[in-house]
Amino acid sequence: MDWQGQKLAEQLMQILLLAFAVVAFATGYISGSFQMMVLIYAVGVVLTTLVTVPNWPFFNRHPLKWLDPSEAEKHPKPQEAVSAKKKPAKK
Amino acid sequence: MHSFGYRANALLTFAMTILALMCTLASLSDNFNSPTPSAHVKVVNINRFQKQPKGNDEVSMQLNISADLQSLFTWNTKQVFVFVAAEYETLKNSLNQISLWDGIIPSKEHAKFWIHTSNKYRFIDQGSNLRGKEFNMTLHWHVMPKTGKMSADKIVMSGYRLPDEYR
Repeated sequence: MDWQGQKLAEQLMQILLLAFAVVAFATGYISGSFQMMVLIYAVGVVLTTLVTVPNWPFFNRHPLKWLDPSEAEKHPKPQEAVSAKKKPAKK
Repeated sequence: MHSFGYRANALLTFAMTILALMCTLASLSDNFNSPTPSAHVKVVNINRFQKQPKGNDEVSMQLNISADLQSLFTWNTKQVFVFVAAEYETLKNSLNQISLWDGIIPSKEHAKFWIHTSNKYRFIDQGSNLRGKEFNMTLHWHVMPKTGKMSADKIVMSGYRLPDEYR
């Protein structure tokens, strides 16, 4: 996943879980059935897992722009100085 | 959120925390319930009233126990444990409490009941103080929730008296 995708996944996860929890509690309380609440919430957890955990394509809509390899060769990494007496090599 | 395992872990942890919160809320919702239970215990007959060889009095009696505990049940109630106890005072003890009968009510439908039975547990005194003794019958109940704190209460019924002589 790219960075935007990760942020989206985290937000989706939190919102979906909270929404399912609210719906589950309300349904259970109104219908007077504890089992109903746990069931709805369990379904919600499974659904949220299917939506946010796998690496779906819509999480990769802002791919990272890596530097092109030919461009990278023109800017080599700086060499460390071997001793202080030697002059630093110029390029 | 960079890997499958990371996301799965975050999701499961968050889901568990929310579940704990929901259970707390469910337990707190029980406070909105104001129960109105009622009960009556009638001593139909004293079957036996003897002094044991060891010197302790023993009573065996027929009881009619009727109760309506339906208002104790909420969506968060697993079962209600109910028991009937006889309470009286002696010179030696300021309070004697003897459980005579108990039962488990698994659901609201079973909470309104009427039962005719002899005492399930033996009514034996510490000594021989029971002749002519006035005692109270108390019906206790413990409400056991699906999640949360157990609560208990009782109804005290007075006006019972044992015979003056052994039978």
